[in-house]
Amino acid sequence: MTTVAPGTGTHAPSVGTAHTRVEGRDKVTGAARYAGEVPFAGLAYGWLVLSTVARGRIRALDTDPVLAMPGVLAVLDHRNAPRVDTDYTGLLGTPPDPTCAVFQHDRVPHLGWPVALVVAETSEQAREAAETLVVHYEQEPHDIDFTGGRPDAYPVDGHMPGVTEKGDLDAALVSSAVVVDAEYTTPEEHHNPMEPHAATARWDGGRLEVIDSNQGATWVVGELANLFSLDPASVRVRSEHVGGGFGSKGVRAHQVAAVMAATVLQRPVRVVMTRRQMFSLAGYRSPTAQRVRLGADADGRLRALEHRSVSVTSTVHEFVEPSAGVARVMYDADAHHTANRVVRLDVPTPTWMRAPGEAPGSFALEAALDELAEKCGIDPIELRLRNEPDKGPVSGLPFAGRNLAACFREGARRFGWADRDPRPGLRRDGRWLLGTGTAAASFPSGAAPSTASATAHPDGTFTVRISAADIGTGARTALTLVAADALRVSVERVRVRIGDSDFGPAMIAGGSMGTRSWSWAVTAAAGELRERLALDTDMPPEGITVRSDTTAAIGALTPAERHSFGAQFAEVAVDTATGEVRVRRMLGVFAAGRIVNPLTARNQLRGGMIWGISMALHEEAVRDRASGGHVGADLAGYHVATHADVPRVEADWIDDADPADPVGIKGIGEIGIVGAAAAVANAVWHATGVRHRGLPIRPDRVLSAAAGAPDA
Amino acid sequence: MASSTSSVITLEINGEKHTLPVDHRTTLLDALRERLDLTGTKKGCDQGQCGACTVLLDGRRAVACLQLAVAAEGREITTIEGVADGDRLHPVQQAFLDLDGYQCGYCTPGQICAAIGMIEEHAAGWPSAVTDDVRPEAGPPPLTADEIRERMSGNLCRCGAYVSIVEAVARAAGEAAAERRVTPAAEAEEAVA
Amino acid sequence: MREFDYQRAADVAGAVALLGADPDTRFLGGGTNLVDLMKTGVERPARLIDIRELPLDHIEPTPEGGLRIGATVTNGDLAAHPAIRRRYPALAQAVLAGASGQLRNMATVGGNLLQRTRCGYFTDVTKPCNKRVPGSGCPAIEGEHHNHAILGASGHCVAVHPSDMAVALTAFDAVVHFETADGPGESPLASFYLPVGDTPHRETALPPGALITGVTLPPAPVAAVSRYRKVRERASYAFAIGSVAAALDVRDGVVHDARLALGAVASRPWRAVAAEHVLTGAPADAATYAAAADAELAAARPLPHNGYKVDLMRNLVVAVLSELAEEAAR
Repeated sequence: MTTVAPGTGTHAPSVGTAHTRVEGRDKVTGAARYAGEVPFAGLAYGWLVLSTVARGRIRALDTDPVLAMPGVLAVLDHRNAPRVDTDYTGLLGTPPDPTCAVFQHDRVPHLGWPVALVVAETSEQAREAAETLVVHYEQEPHDIDFTGGRPDAYPVDGHMPGVTEKGDLDAALVSSAVVVDAEYTTPEEHHNPMEPHAATARWDGGRLEVIDSNQGATWVVGELANLFSLDPASVRVRSEHVGGGFGSKGVRAHQVAAVMAATVLQRPVRVVMTRRQMFSLAGYRSPTAQRVRLGADADGRLRALEHRSVSVTSTVHEFVEPSAGVARVMYDADAHHTANRVVRLDVPTPTWMRAPGEAPGSFALEAALDELAEKCGIDPIELRLRNEPDKGPVSGLPFAGRNLAACFREGARRFGWADRDPRPGLRRDGRWLLGTGTAAASFPSGAAPSTASATAHPDGTFTVRISAADIGTGARTALTLVAADALRVSVERVRVRIGDSDFGPAMIAGGSMGTRSWSWAVTAAAGELRERLALDTDMPPEGITVRSDTTAAIGALTPAERHSFGAQFAEVAVDTATGEVRVRRMLGVFAAGRIVNPLTARNQLRGGMIWGISMALHEEAVRDRASGGHVGADLAGYHVATHADVPRVEADWIDDADPADPVGIKGIGEIGIVGAAAAVANAVWHATGVRHRGLPIRPDRVLSAAAGAPDA
Repeated sequence: MASSTSSVITLEINGEKHTLPVDHRTTLLDALRERLDLTGTKKGCDQGQCGACTVLLDGRRAVACLQLAVAAEGREITTIEGVADGDRLHPVQQAFLDLDGYQCGYCTPGQICAAIGMIEEHAAGWPSAVTDDVRPEAGPPPLTADEIRERMSGNLCRCGAYVSIVEAVARAAGEAAAERRVTPAAEAEEAVA
Repeated sequence: MREFDYQRAADVAGAVALLGADPDTRFLGGGTNLVDLMKTGVERPARLIDIRELPLDHIEPTPEGGLRIGATVTNGDLAAHPAIRRRYPALAQAVLAGASGQLRNMATVGGNLLQRTRCGYFTDVTKPCNKRVPGSGCPAIEGEHHNHAILGASGHCVAVHPSDMAVALTAFDAVVHFETADGPGESPLASFYLPVGDTPHRETALPPGALITGVTLPPAPVAAVSRYRKVRERASYAFAIGSVAAALDVRDGVVHDARLALGAVASRPWRAVAAEHVLTGAPADAATYAAAADAELAAARPLPHNGYKVDLMRNLVVAVLSELAEEAAR
């Protein structure tokens, strides 16, 4: 027996201090292994075959010639693939998207639907065989036409009510001195994490093991266990390093197909999506068509607010992009109507993508506020401050902290907003017209039940285990700091292990809830361990382990409007002769809870803002009406911002610790993108005097607007 | 001539020779990742559209996804696994680590290899698309943030860590320039370029 | 990607002999376009002849006072070359505006001239395309074409040529040199790319079995004051939606000589002959530049979603020529 002194009360806190990533050395040396990079003896390679028609039935698959090709081991399709069960509700409270339940029937509900998996000894053989496979379809007419005026759009509740209504909207609009009535559109957008979805599945001693790139091992275990009717304890999912997710990395066709092939072949099988396949299989953000009507008194105080959004979903699964939800948090009015509706088309099912709802919704709402400010002749910041609600506009619940005004004050000071001439089209630098814009941001702050364990070792070090996922958020490092503080030891004595479902159930990296949820569980386990060690310092050789489960504590949170807030500022340059728009600088000031690691948090907040630049100026997936599929489904056809598009971007925060959270965290994964595109679009108006209500603000749209076409 | 679809080749990677049979279809990227267990080089798009697979070929940055392995025989290949000096990180690696020049880490090896190659190109006097005057008489452009951004634009980072990547590259480039100034041989080279 | 044979050529004659008349064989240079097209299934060669080690990687002065650029010179080396930067700055700028540092270090001059369109229908083998499968149709005309041709297109194909480099070379009257089994040959770049007509799959005048060995730039003093401007949908690492290569010699306020070529507007780099005609001898002012642009763009036949390109090109031409006149006056 050895004895170990627990941390003393004099320990300096680690939370709040800048820390380089604990896995940083592995990442800069290439030693960090992602899902498709863990070697296995006897590994076979699976390649997905996707439909080339947008609607119909599979009539036949010519598998014989493919099976005769060199190295080909198997072709799985709806005739021979193992059956799966989709009649369940998953971790996030939704039934599975049937897109992941591959090869169960002959129907094709969209172009890019998985119709077969070809497995071969090498990836080159698998690819060629998959591309050689001839599939015969009975094609049916498809409908992919998305417009805001579709009469078949219907309200959907999703994670929030589809429709909220209070007050007499028409009456309030009629009695308003100033009215804004505008339609805004955002296109189909894709997550495009740098690491394509990849999974390797194998059976090992009666247990299914999947090395996977995902946002939550617990989540994927649950889905796979349900789909394949397995005891969850007999499934293990590991994802030590994840090359980005942004909402796209849950259970998808690749894991399910890999498990099927590993089961049939009884050897390890890896399935990796190609970049092009990701456009059909990885989910995406639905296009939106939004109508915002604002009615205000001459002094800008809102009397009427209507925000209606239409998005698409597939014919096989209902997913709603709840863009109107942000209005239920941001602004109040006597008459306040919001609606999220969907239209079902022959397209893949959309999914969560960084700030689902808030990202496109804040573009429409915050651009409309800017239009209202212009019409009222009121500074855009002042307009927002005049409309700060004192309780949830729809819920009536109190705000558990709403530091938006402080964000605007600090941001305006640092950005130099006070000197701004509100008139558009006046500033020039050579061929560039210059303008500045601002927008407000909010994103819900939540936590979900998680479990963790903390182990004290005889050598004085500690190991914390939690099935968290670090998809680039810095969660592994943040949890190390949190654990060190709970144990009152220095971070060097703490090792945090994540990305393994065997560590017990935990929340996913999603909804800006990962680090908060996991920190809660880690704090509980580590804190209890510290107390145990303080009482009894006799240490058995195997160490002492304490487990935590936050289900009860999180269930006891009182209802309130819990959100992060932020103020976004952008300066842009527009060349109206060429249509080029460049962002020159950006500043975001956030009230987003206690910041665990300033180094990684600043990076993540800036990343969200850069997503906003990309959304405002670049991103748009184009569908071809004739085929129903994409045109240019790759990173040359779908532009995301690159280095040259990204100027000096600053992110900072004000003190905003959440008293309801043991660490004070609110979550910062998504707030950075909210309002960012609106700030850019508002700045484009300020530069040029032209409102762009459709994203992205591409050169062709700037030119068409300059040529006198109606507002793009 | 007899047709054959595979060859036994020898690749020189990070100073080490590897002899292996390859299907001619195998790219350098897949040879590294799937045959040689050198998985530090990442596959982001497999089409030359993201830069995640950037390596150094004969000292110059290149994308491994569009380089057939069989055609890389005889060339000096440096991957992310080969840029450090033993346990001592390359200055670009160290700067990425210190300044948080990444998030998920998947584009990172490519960003680092691209930066190493880019710093060399700049030191050799190469202009870029944002260089005001490309004529040699104008002299080499200072490596401003805008120059770094343009020269690094072949490397996408979807996490949006661009600001800290540029900071890291600038720091490492500054260190490299300082080192060149104290090395007479390098100075002479620069004068020639 | 189908399986293929691979051979390295030791010299030009050997390379040409290896290729023979085999339509299933391709020369492999940098591979930045060919390997990509092989991955997407657009190209399915049975054999590759690797020409990267041919002794064609030099840039040399010609007896006439121009420059000869070897076919395997990489884009990176081309743009870095002092003589190119000094005498044909627009060419260096054009190359630097293309692709990325990595791709420029791989891509070769010969390959760049032969790169295929980036039309999203051409690169997707599940869709019809007259250029890829003659007679299958052109869905871009009714579909996604916001970055397609406004000049010289036909009802069979509206794709644009993706090269930046070739636009500058076209402005400077470059000549393409090639080797065939019957000996060497050459073609001015101006006639190297074939009109679209009803044969969009036939792109160049290169004889079957020929290997591009180099490009000659004739002496062009006017090129010393030249510029390439490219507009694209992000600030870097994207194909053009419109570009201009221009050179201007102004004497006593009058345009003495001018060169103008447009990119991303046609199936080939578009030499603006009509515009040059208007420019030469006219006062060096914005009205002349606008008249020149209008003269060239009078032939534009935009599609429903690419009409902006007419405005874009007009504005670009005026802007770039104005900048050059200012530069010349300094």
